[in-house]
Amino acid sequence: MTDSPDGRAAPRDAGRRRFLTKSLATGGALATATLVPARAISQAAPDPLITEVQPWAAYLGDGVDAYPYGMPIEFESDVIRRNVPWLTAETASSINFTPLHQLDGIITPNGVCFERHHAGSIELAKQDYRLMINGLVDQPLVFSYSDLERFPRENRVYFLECAANTGMEWAGPQLNGAQFTHGMIHNVLYTGVMLKDLLAEAGVKTEGKWLLAEGADASAMTRSIPMEKAMDDCMVAFKMNGEALRKEQGYPARLVVPGWEGNMWVKWLRRLEVGDQPWEQREETSKYTDTLEDGRSRKWTWVMDAKSVITSPSPQVPIRHGKGPLVISGVAWSGRGTVAEVHVTTDGGVNWNQARLSGPSLDKSMHRFYYEIDWDGQPMLLQSRAVDSTGYTQPTKDALRKFRGLNSIYHNNGIQTWAINADGEAENVEIS
Amino acid sequence: MSRFPDLVIGTALAVTLTGGAFAQDSPAAGMVLALGRAALPEEVAAWDIDVRPDGLGLPEGQGNVEDGEVLFSDTCAACHGEFGEGVDRWPVLAGGVGTLADEDPTKTLGSYWPYLSTSFDYIRRAMPFGNAQSLTSDDIYAITAYVLNMNDLVDDDFVLSKDSFLTVEMPNADGFFVDDRDEVELPEFTQAPCMESCKDVVPEITRHASVLDVTPETPDDGAEAPPPMQ
Repeated sequence: MTDSPDGRAAPRDAGRRRFLTKSLATGGALATATLVPARAISQAAPDPLITEVQPWAAYLGDGVDAYPYGMPIEFESDVIRRNVPWLTAETASSINFTPLHQLDGIITPNGVCFERHHAGSIELAKQDYRLMINGLVDQPLVFSYSDLERFPRENRVYFLECAANTGMEWAGPQLNGAQFTHGMIHNVLYTGVMLKDLLAEAGVKTEGKWLLAEGADASAMTRSIPMEKAMDDCMVAFKMNGEALRKEQGYPARLVVPGWEGNMWVKWLRRLEVGDQPWEQREETSKYTDTLEDGRSRKWTWVMDAKSVITSPSPQVPIRHGKGPLVISGVAWSGRGTVAEVHVTTDGGVNWNQARLSGPSLDKSMHRFYYEIDWDGQPMLLQSRAVDSTGYTQPTKDALRKFRGLNSIYHNNGIQTWAINADGEAENVEIS
Repeated sequence: MSRFPDLVIGTALAVTLTGGAFAQDSPAAGMVLALGRAALPEEVAAWDIDVRPDGLGLPEGQGNVEDGEVLFSDTCAACHGEFGEGVDRWPVLAGGVGTLADEDPTKTLGSYWPYLSTSFDYIRRAMPFGNAQSLTSDDIYAITAYVLNMNDLVDDDFVLSKDSFLTVEMPNADGFFVDDRDEVELPEFTQAPCMESCKDVVPEITRHASVLDVTPETPDDGAEAPPPMQ
């Protein structure tokens, strides 16, 4: 373990080792036996944070129970969901955005999972919760919340992406920030029961080919779901990341429709109706349909195509440390399976490099990628590109527009470009 | 209940056979646990208010354009405008026919919605905004008739009911087709991606988000963080 340039234990991280090796190689004449890597920063006078006893080292901190439910430390108070006020008429029927640029790993913390409500976030107590199954079933049923807890449980991590994520960018770059361009997504470990187990209790008749899921809020949100999907991997979830669903995520129970557009994941789920035809509700006709250049529209565009974005650096998190080692980080996901590869380019797509996937690679879940470089301080055109387990490669925005035109709102999974200038500032741009 | 022990044995067997695989099918697959209770007809009737394109689910009742205009003015116009033109960013309900292939299409009941049932169903379940499910069936028939009338789809003397519902022709009924991305887009998007020397000329920036300047400001450092969620 003494193979590193300065004779110390080798860095555990392969990316850093690669960087050091590269520095060594380009250093040329510096590669002598006594080499110590040159540091960009030096300290003239002793650092008082080290030489003086600080208050936190002298006095007692908070006792246990100071915060029975812990919140992030005050220094992280800028890690919050954000709204774009001009998008919607009022906040009860609106959307906000997950602060992707400030998060890492693959799990989205519950308190910053983006919100989308159609009639506000309601308070529905467990004891007032009822889930009805009716329609083409042998026996229409009503379940209480405690009934749900008696079915066998599953734990699965899935991304939930609103079909409108990146929808403001169809005609060109609009919003400066990964939070605003890509923040209608979160990735959560759900605990719940399989939808097929609930349906089996009621007994789906053979002519039952469709399922209508309905919410208990004042929008009574409804979506038609084909029975094959309902019987495959859909869940009724009551926990997220180990704790009860947050109110704004559908407490006490929501539908989970893995890999499919977020609008179908009905919150505050109150009813499942089995039918022989789709219901063609508002959210599957006038909304969540994709109008192409000739004015005709695609419907039932349920699957979320493979997509990725560099979350840092990005417009809200510029490079502040100057040239030298830089961690480029981002997330990738696909509604068709896992993410097999992520490619990163720093030159606007002339040459692409394999990024490093880190953390669990789960079906229809977000994946975390890193690409570590030795930044020379020159401007960059940064992009990432996801390739999923089916071989689908995330297209450029122009390639997507060739099929879709400019009038779509939903399903924009085109490659995102951040232009980084010599100061490390990032901007949302499109390139030739 | 008597089947539950069988199911536990089945699970134990499965674990043995798969060498204790970490993830496996839930043990209830295909089994009935006899949980929940029978839904009463009154309960189903109270919640099952959806209406399908073929008219299934339409209630008894009727409403005409004239009554609908009065109701619309009282309960809908504050957001949608007296003529369905939409106030601020609230939805426009009328007009837009022939704009779907334009740069900025106007999507309304008349120009875009393929089924009349969707309108009735949506008003019934979610309108008026903030006081949902407060309208009678006759009110909903009347308001729907008026919205059709403002889109020039029915005459002034039209009466909407279960019987006349399917006589209304929606202009964009044939404007939709089922998702064909797999056939149309996948052949191109599943090509092996280029990794090196993928562009002949050095890429240049063609468009900047900063030109529009529509990104919300970052809160000042001194700004108070929002209070914790209740």
